[in-house]
Amino acid sequence: MKFDTIIIGGGLTGLTAAISLAEKGRKTAIISAGQSALHFSSGSFELLGSVDGRPVENPVEAIDNLSERHPYRRIGKERMLQLLPLVQPLLTRAGVATTGSHYTNRYRLTPLGKVKPAWLTLDDFATFDSPERLPWRSVALVNIADFQDFYPVFLSAGLEKRGVKCSIHSTSIAALDNLRRSSTEMRAATMARVLDYEAVGVLAGRLNSVARHADAILMPAILGLTDDLMVRLLRRLVCKPVYFVSTMPTSVPGVRTQMLLQRYFMKLGGTYMLGDTVTHGEFDGDRLRHVFTTNHSPEPLSADNYILATGSFFSHGLVATPSAIVEPTFGFDVDAPADRAQWFRKDIDSAQPYMEFGIATDADWHPRRDGVTIGNVQCAGSILGGCNPVKEGCGAGEAILSSLNLTTV
Amino acid sequence: MSIQQFSNISSNNFEQCVKCTVCTVYCPVTAVNPLYPGPKQAGPDGERYRLKRSDFYNEALKYCLNCKRCEVACPSGVRIGDIIQQAHMNYSHGSAGVRDRMLAHTDLMGGIATRLSPTVNGILRLTPVKLAMDLTLGIDRHRTFPAYTPRKFTTWFRRHALKRQDRFTRRVTYFHGCYVNYNFPRLGKDLVKLLNACGIGVDLMKDEKCCGVARIANRLIKQATDAAKVNLREIRAAVASGNDVIATSSTCIMTMRDEYPHLLGLDNADVRDHIMTATRYLYRLVENGDIKLVFKPDYLRRIAYHTPCHMAKLGWSVYSIELLKLIPGVELSVLDVNCCGIAGTYGFKKENYRYSQAIGKTLFDSIAQVNPDIVATDCETCKWQIEMSIPYRVSNPISILADALDVEATRAANNI
Ligand code: SF4
Ligand code: SF4
Repeated sequence: MKFDTIIIGGGLTGLTAAISLAEKGRKTAIISAGQSALHFSSGSFELLGSVDGRPVENPVEAIDNLSERHPYRRIGKERMLQLLPLVQPLLTRAGVATTGSHYTNRYRLTPLGKVKPAWLTLDDFATFDSPERLPWRSVALVNIADFQDFYPVFLSAGLEKRGVKCSIHSTSIAALDNLRRSSTEMRAATMARVLDYEAVGVLAGRLNSVARHADAILMPAILGLTDDLMVRLLRRLVCKPVYFVSTMPTSVPGVRTQMLLQRYFMKLGGTYMLGDTVTHGEFDGDRLRHVFTTNHSPEPLSADNYILATGSFFSHGLVATPSAIVEPTFGFDVDAPADRAQWFRKDIDSAQPYMEFGIATDADWHPRRDGVTIGNVQCAGSILGGCNPVKEGCGAGEAILSSLNLTTV
Repeated sequence: MSIQQFSNISSNNFEQCVKCTVCTVYCPVTAVNPLYPGPKQAGPDGERYRLKRSDFYNEALKYCLNCKRCEVACPSGVRIGDIIQQAHMNYSHGSAGVRDRMLAHTDLMGGIATRLSPTVNGILRLTPVKLAMDLTLGIDRHRTFPAYTPRKFTTWFRRHALKRQDRFTRRVTYFHGCYVNYNFPRLGKDLVKLLNACGIGVDLMKDEKCCGVARIANRLIKQATDAAKVNLREIRAAVASGNDVIATSSTCIMTMRDEYPHLLGLDNADVRDHIMTATRYLYRLVENGDIKLVFKPDYLRRIAYHTPCHMAKLGWSVYSIELLKLIPGVELSVLDVNCCGIAGTYGFKKENYRYSQAIGKTLFDSIAQVNPDIVATDCETCKWQIEMSIPYRVSNPISILADALDVEATRAANNI
């Protein structure tokens, strides 16, 4: 099968690149080995939350303080400013409604009652202008009886600290009784699959009765796995504003984001191959001719250009063997020390060096293989390395902007 | 971590599970049946215990559809469905009863029924008979058995098609399967028409057995293995003569390519690449310019393509979709991947009927929303389930291609 571009990796990075290309009429395919890290999404996309341990208010300004190896510095501030305004409209076209701006961080609530900076946040969630002043005097925290992946007590402790009075409630509806019989399967995503029009109507009634004296209702994100219909329905039926708080994974809004992006890409004519793994490539000097996958071998899949968006260690974009860090698909050169002792620090809380490892790419994001630059492959997303997404709060921004950078003139 | 630990991974990858729970999001059974522990629990989590003590085995594993949607979703390559099926085969104490045996022997039952088809079809539709089967055998009374044909596909082929095949030098071996042979010969005829128009001759196997999917699901492993050995012998013979082996059922293909080695322990590596669905075979020939398809300009249909679970596992729906897109008058919508709920013989069992319908609901709703002229899908049991549940007609992509084909123009384009 032949395509203009084949993207390896179907998470936020791969999907952004794919949509951007497919919108320009390119024949594009994604090959994805299983579902992506969007399934663990907090519901917010972060651009830049912290530099050298100091919180960031204006992400664009703070780019200058990042290390030169950081993908944002490599993309360049000017180019970043050109790409950033494209992001929210692209998400909206795919049906992913968000709030936020790249000039000033907004703030979101974590499941443990902390407040963290965010760039774009799904409309399911509450966001604030300031980390200290929240827009409520009192809120009702409503959990579903027996649901273990949500912690109202922590949440209320965090909120009370910021002067918000909390009342904790637990409710249940008949539609969920069936699930309650299995302790391991009473999960956010499973509930979302069961909650239909009728059930959401009943749930709305319960919320209305407990929340009479609160300014807002906070409840676990258990609605809307494939689209946001049920979220909108519930909000229409409840007299107070309802905001969701992310649960333990799998994240319902995260799965929905994945599905919406994927559906939009396929509607644009894109091919999404899920559950398939690229086993190797066939190179001709400095070009990748074909890739071979578990499902389509012995026939090759071919494209003029390839984008490698397989992520970092978690998604096997990089693999640590006992003696080396390797890129397992093509054997591209990796930018990481040979000495294993330099891969990690024993103090688990400190910034871990391995988080910043990535493919060695040139200025145009091409990888090298045995020292030869591969001209028709480019890398995007967390496989680039050069930053610490956990400490710096820049994972989603890196994914989205590095792929838009490759696919936008 | 020791080096030994690093390389000591089972063939089904169960040690690779990172406990992310992604698989449970996509398991069709989890949301509807609280008795089922779900893929993570039934698969890699449970396996840890079962390896220690076999009495950790839980009979609720029988609710697994073996749809493999969990495997397609798993980011760590864990063969969850295989782990569950293997556990079911190795540890389950219950032996297959009359009902399971009857459902499992699709070929034997078909062989008897086609000979008696007018009677059998009538009997299977009678309400008292359905009630009796429900009460005595546990076959749900809401089910309609697919009608048996009075004349088997193989009989038709021998009488009306065999001779004509000699004219073609390029040839392919067709594994028709039980469904085409006993229930729906038309699909086989459509394939022969399509291939012959492109200048490809069709061979059948000398001795074709049921692929064995229903036997595996009903734990008749010895019988499944015996049949699989015969099929593999026939496949090897076909490949030796230069043929690929194709089928119009995605499940038969998935079973022969993957379940033979993974569940029955039969190595097929030498011929695996030659076993494929008819749409993959055709697509490759079209793409390489080896054959040309010409369609009637006045074949106008709105088609919704449903990806069968086993087609999703094979990763090959793209071939069916791309072929359907070649028909100029077709407006194609590709439905989100959702299980229809039947899973072969699973949905016929009384204890599963209501789960089966609850699983299918999302798919049925999405079809109704598109409201197509035809639903296209590569699996016969999906076809039964959809046609039993909602008023839409379901066709295999091969039948749609054959219907839309301008036979004369195609023959001319291929110099026949
Ligand atoms: S998806 Fe795979 S890795 Fe995740 S819990 Fe299921 S089996 Fe384990
Ligand atoms: S094979 Fe299907 S039914 Fe069985 S656990 Fe996996 S997803 Fe669930």
